[in-house]
Amino acid sequence: MAELTYREAVARAIAQEMERDPSVVLLGEDVAGAGGAFKATGGLLERFGPERVRDTPISEQAILGAAMGAAMTGLRPIAEVMFSDFFAVCWDMVANQIAKSRYMTAGQVQLPLVVRSGNGGGSRFGAQHSQSVENWAMAVPGLKVVAPSCPSDVIGLLAAAVRDPDPVLVFEHKSLYPTKGEVPDGELVGHLGQAALRRQGGDLTLVALAAMVPVALEAAERLAAEGVQATVIDLRSLVPLDVSTVLSSVSATGHLVTVEENPRLCGWGAELASIVAEECFYDLDGPIVRVTTPHVPLPAADSLEDLARPSVARVLEAVPRALG
Amino acid sequence: MATSPLTTGTEPAARSGPETGLALYRWMVVIRQFEKRAYDLFLQNLVKGTSHLSLGQEAVAAGFGVAMRPDDWTFATYRGHAHTIVRGVPLTPIMAELLGRDNGLLRGKGGSMHLTSVAHGMMGSYAIVGAHLPVAVGAAWSAAYRKSGQVAVCFFGDGATNIGAFHEALNLAVVWNLPVVFVCENNLYMEYTPIGAVTAVPRPAADRAPAYGLPPVAIDGNDPEVVHQTALAALERARSGGGPSLIEAVTYRHGGHSRADPATYRPKEEVADWLARDPVPAYRARLVGAGVPEDELQRVEAEAKEAVDRATEEAKAGPPPDPGLVTADLWADGGSSWRS
Repeated sequence: MAELTYREAVARAIAQEMERDPSVVLLGEDVAGAGGAFKATGGLLERFGPERVRDTPISEQAILGAAMGAAMTGLRPIAEVMFSDFFAVCWDMVANQIAKSRYMTAGQVQLPLVVRSGNGGGSRFGAQHSQSVENWAMAVPGLKVVAPSCPSDVIGLLAAAVRDPDPVLVFEHKSLYPTKGEVPDGELVGHLGQAALRRQGGDLTLVALAAMVPVALEAAERLAAEGVQATVIDLRSLVPLDVSTVLSSVSATGHLVTVEENPRLCGWGAELASIVAEECFYDLDGPIVRVTTPHVPLPAADSLEDLARPSVARVLEAVPRALG
Repeated sequence: MATSPLTTGTEPAARSGPETGLALYRWMVVIRQFEKRAYDLFLQNLVKGTSHLSLGQEAVAAGFGVAMRPDDWTFATYRGHAHTIVRGVPLTPIMAELLGRDNGLLRGKGGSMHLTSVAHGMMGSYAIVGAHLPVAVGAAWSAAYRKSGQVAVCFFGDGATNIGAFHEALNLAVVWNLPVVFVCENNLYMEYTPIGAVTAVPRPAADRAPAYGLPPVAIDGNDPEVVHQTALAALERARSGGGPSLIEAVTYRHGGHSRADPATYRPKEEVADWLARDPVPAYRARLVGAGVPEDELQRVEAEAKEAVDRATEEAKAGPPPDPGLVTADLWADGGSSWRS
C-alpha cells in the first residue's frame, strides 16, 4: 500500500501497461518532454524512450487520427487530449471515425485505443477549459466512457481501458489531480462498467461521478448527522453503465439523487433517471432529483464557478425534495 | 480547361514493361466495367443511397495498385470502389455491398462510401473529407515503430486540401518522418465548385507541399505509367526511411460528383476535351503501339466483363442482411450492449 496522488496514479498506470506490453504507446501535446500539462505523464519519456512516448504538435485531429491508424494496425495507443473541451476540435475523429469503424466494417476494424483527457471545472479556467463533456461521449454509440474519482481507480480503469479491445475515453478530473489516496502494491487492473459502493445507507441513493463523488460523500456525512442514511454510488463508468448496482440500491432506498457536473440538459443523470423510472418505478417513494451545473457555460471567477458547480449545500438542498 | 503545368518530381527512367502495362490496363478495364455497371444498377434502383464513381480516374488507382506491396495499406475516400478493386478484393462482395446484401463486403453495414477489406490491406473508405489523412499517418507510425517496411498510401480529392486535417497530417508525417504517401486525385472540382475558385494556389496539393518541406509533385493522373513510376519512387522513398511524399495526380471524372449530380456546371468544351483524353482507350492505343497483341487486349476486356457480370449476378442473388446485424459488431464481443 502506498499513498499516491491522482496524477501520479496516471503515470503509474501507463508505466504498468507499457512495461507489460510493447505495443502500448503514448502520444499527445507536451506528454513527453514536459511530462504533461498537468504533470500526469512525468518520467515516462525517460523510462520508455522517445519511440513510445511522443510529443505531438497542437493538432488534435492528427493526434486522434494517428492513434486510430496505429490501433487498427497493431498498436495500443494512449492519446491525450489535454483539455476535454478540445474534443470539440477533433470530434469528427471521435464520433465519426473511431466510434463507428468497427460497426461499419462488420467487425473488420479493431480499435484498441485509449483517449485520456483532463475534464471538469474547479480550476478557474473559464468556459473553454472547464467543461464536463463526459455526456457528449456517452451519447455516441461505439465509445466506452469512464471517469475515475480516486488514484486507485485511475490505475484500475486506465489499465482496463488499455487492455480493452474497444476504444475507451478516460475522463480524468482536473481538480482531482492533486488529491491523494491509498493504492495497493503490485499490478492493478479494474473492470469497465462496474460502479463502486462508497457508502451504505438505507434512506436514499446518491449517484455521483469523478469530482462529484467527494461532494456526495460529504453530503452523506452531513445527512447522517441529521439521521438520514445515504448510499453513495460512484458510477465510475458511463459506458458500459452499471445499471444493476443502481437499480438494486434504489429498490432498497426508494429515493434517488444524481450529482452531476455536466450542464443540465442530457446529462448522464437524465439517462439514469429514465432507466430507473422505467425499470423500478414502483420501488420509488419520491421524485428523482438531479443536481447539476445549471444549463450555462462555466464562469471563470472563483465565487461564480463555485456557485455553478454542484456543491454539498446544493445536494443537501435537493435531498428533502427527493425524500418528499 | 484549367489544368496547371505538370512536373513530375520523379520522371520515369523507362517505360513500364509489357507485363506491367497489361496489369495496369487490366485494372483500368475492370474498374471501368465495374463503375459503369454500378451506374446501371443505380438506374435500376438496385443501388440505394449515394455512390461516387471513378469513371475517368482509373489510371490513378491502377498505377498505385500495381506498384504497392501486398502488405501496404490503402486509405481511400467515399470515391473508393477503384482503390478497393485494385487491392485484389473480389468483385462480388464489393458489388453486393453496393446492393446492401448479406454477402456484401461489410454485410450491408457500410455501403458504397465505406468499402474496407483489412485482409487485403484496404483499410477503409472514409466519407468525411480529409479525416483519413491523419489515420494513414497513424498506420505509418505503426509500420515505422514495428519496422515492418509497410507503407500507408492515402488517396483524397482536391477538396480535401482545404481542410485542417490535411495540414495536420502533412505536418505530423514530416515531423515524424513516416512512411506514408499522400495522393491527391485532383479532378478539378470540389463537388460542384471548380477547385481553383476556392483555393489560394493553382495546384491545390503540389503548391502546398513546400510548406511542409516536400517537393511539389504534380503528374498526369490519366497516364497509368506515369502514375505507376511515381508510385514506385514514392513507395521506395517511404520504405527506405525517406519519409512522406505528396503527389498531385491531375485527372477528371467523367460523371458527376455523386449519383445525384448531372454535372451541368462544367463547360461543355472542357468535358469534351477531357473525354478525348479518356485514359482507358488512350492507354489501350499506347499498348497496341508498343506491340501488345490485339487479341491479348480483347481477352483482358472480355475477362473483365465476365468478372463484372458474374459479380453482378452473385450480388443480386445475395439475401438481404441478417436482421441481427443491426445490433451486431459495435464492440469486439460482437454485440452492442451499453449496460452491465
